[in-house]
Amino acid sequence: MTKYIIKRVIMMICTLLLISLLTFILMHAVPGGPFTSDRKLPEAVEAALNAKYNLDDPLPIQYLDYMVDLFHGDLGPSFQYEGRSVNDFITSGFPVSARLGVTTICFVLLAAIPMGIVAALKNGRWQDMLVMGVATLGVTIPSFVIATGLMYIFSYKLGWTPTIGLDSWRSYILPVIALGGYSLAFIARLMRSSLLEVMGQDYIRTARAKGLSEFKVVTRHALRNALIPVITILGPTIANLLTGSFVIEKIFALPGLGIHFVNSITNRDYTAIMGVTIFYAAFLIAMIFVVDIFYCLIDPRIKYD
Amino acid sequence: MDEILQVKGLRTSFLTSSGEVQSVRGVSFSLGKGEALGIVGESGSGKSVTSMSILRLLASTGRIKEGEVFFGGKDLTKVPQRELWDIRGGKIAMIFQDPMSSLNPLSRVGKQVEEMIATHEPKLSKQERQARALELFRLVRIPEPEKRYRSFPHEFSGGMRQRVMIAMALACKPEILIADEPTTALDVTIQDQILKLLRQLQEEMGMSIIFITHDLGVVAELCSRVLVMYGGMVMEEALIDDIFHSPRHPYTMGLLASIPNIKQDKSQRLTPIPGSPPDMTNPPAGCPFAPRCPYARRICLEQMPPYTQLDPTHRSMCWLLTPEAPAQDNPFKE
Repeated sequence: MTKYIIKRVIMMICTLLLISLLTFILMHAVPGGPFTSDRKLPEAVEAALNAKYNLDDPLPIQYLDYMVDLFHGDLGPSFQYEGRSVNDFITSGFPVSARLGVTTICFVLLAAIPMGIVAALKNGRWQDMLVMGVATLGVTIPSFVIATGLMYIFSYKLGWTPTIGLDSWRSYILPVIALGGYSLAFIARLMRSSLLEVMGQDYIRTARAKGLSEFKVVTRHALRNALIPVITILGPTIANLLTGSFVIEKIFALPGLGIHFVNSITNRDYTAIMGVTIFYAAFLIAMIFVVDIFYCLIDPRIKYD
Repeated sequence: MDEILQVKGLRTSFLTSSGEVQSVRGVSFSLGKGEALGIVGESGSGKSVTSMSILRLLASTGRIKEGEVFFGGKDLTKVPQRELWDIRGGKIAMIFQDPMSSLNPLSRVGKQVEEMIATHEPKLSKQERQARALELFRLVRIPEPEKRYRSFPHEFSGGMRQRVMIAMALACKPEILIADEPTTALDVTIQDQILKLLRQLQEEMGMSIIFITHDLGVVAELCSRVLVMYGGMVMEEALIDDIFHSPRHPYTMGLLASIPNIKQDKSQRLTPIPGSPPDMTNPPAGCPFAPRCPYARRICLEQMPPYTQLDPTHRSMCWLLTPEAPAQDNPFKE
């Protein structure tokens, strides 16, 4: 196990290096630069700016410089926002995104898993139809439509919730639903189909033949088996929800990390692109790693190394 | 012999998208105390569905349409779920065909046996439960029981898993053990060990067994009486010797002819029964075996034959046994 973990950590570092390199190459392959704008800068100014940020060095040197800084925990200065560093973006944006993200994850899990269970156990009846109906809506309607729709009804018409910010518990309600809608629907459907499959297994019949009540058959034998596929999807889902969403943060005017994913690219803010990409990638890889370790605990058939 | 279980006119169907599959169409039999009854038939004959119907363990699409299952003065097809939970495992236990998939993969084998004990004897302490489970592991001859107790099912072979299933089934000293093809998925040598084990346990514990199989040879080793099923019905019921020495149904004869014989010349092929079993969504009006029966006449195809009671323990459902049957070309008439 220890050997496996060490191997995985080395693999993770390699993956991150590869991602950083690819991002770096792609970023520089896109036309334009951080100081390109509608109004052409005098050549001397542009040259001075490039020199200041070492953008006139050959690309391999720039990459190496960046990586050396990265190892020292320095993500570099933002090219777009004078005086702010990319570390700043993350330390100020991530807590906001994470706070919303954690709340959303709790909401998604607490709602989606019971929904899936009810739908599976009441297969074909109205409870199932209701859950599947809601789930289909959740998967098909884009989050910005849900967000603006909810905002129109609950904030504008009814005035129950604030439209922007994250100041009180009320202000969490709409962004959480809008952000989690897709995951909620997806996990509810996955839970349902997984539990339905498990309920048809031979060992469930064995459990019934033991004289266990249906409640115990489900809680002791079916659920643990049915949760395995749900845990698989949980890693990427958590990484996604925690690192913020551009759309949701834009609509609800939240100073999160999600905004930077898009803005850094349109601004060709090289250091910001690298910073948020590597941060997200590291987070995602770590979550997948945690899930894989978690598997081991829940399923004895899975043995690493 | 005291009768411990009586099945009367059982009809079980499955509702599928292609219509109602009438898997069991009026099966009646009784089981004596301490008796080992075999139910024989090919795939789709309704033998497994009959056994599942007794404890109402049918898949969600299955329905018991008619009939009664009397056990301990109660009709199991009608008792409330709660009462059924006490009977399942406690009084009537089951083992299944596929030991590879019949144990929960996430749970230690010892725990799974303990759970059975905890369900029916909740007063026992954890230590007592564990001691009993270990004793059962020894009883079914799992080597190094203390060590294997904490194993997971995937660490066991098929034969060992079936032993765990048997240990679990025997945990609460059931009055009836229903074994649904318990050896079909196992190697022949393991099959033999499991059969010997079951016979020995039956003698020691005095429980009744319903043994379901497609293999008449296996039945001969364990059972004293046999039901031969086909097309969801009992074709013939007799003591084991009568089945082998004086079968009174063409289907039973066909089954016997298809058993490989060690004395047989190597060049001689097995004699299969030509044709295939009937489609149970639309079962034939007459004898279900008639389309494959070498002796079938028109009446066999048109009308269901009645049971002929040949002696108190032997009955068969065949037109050839009725008084009107022609003597000519009749295997049952001199």
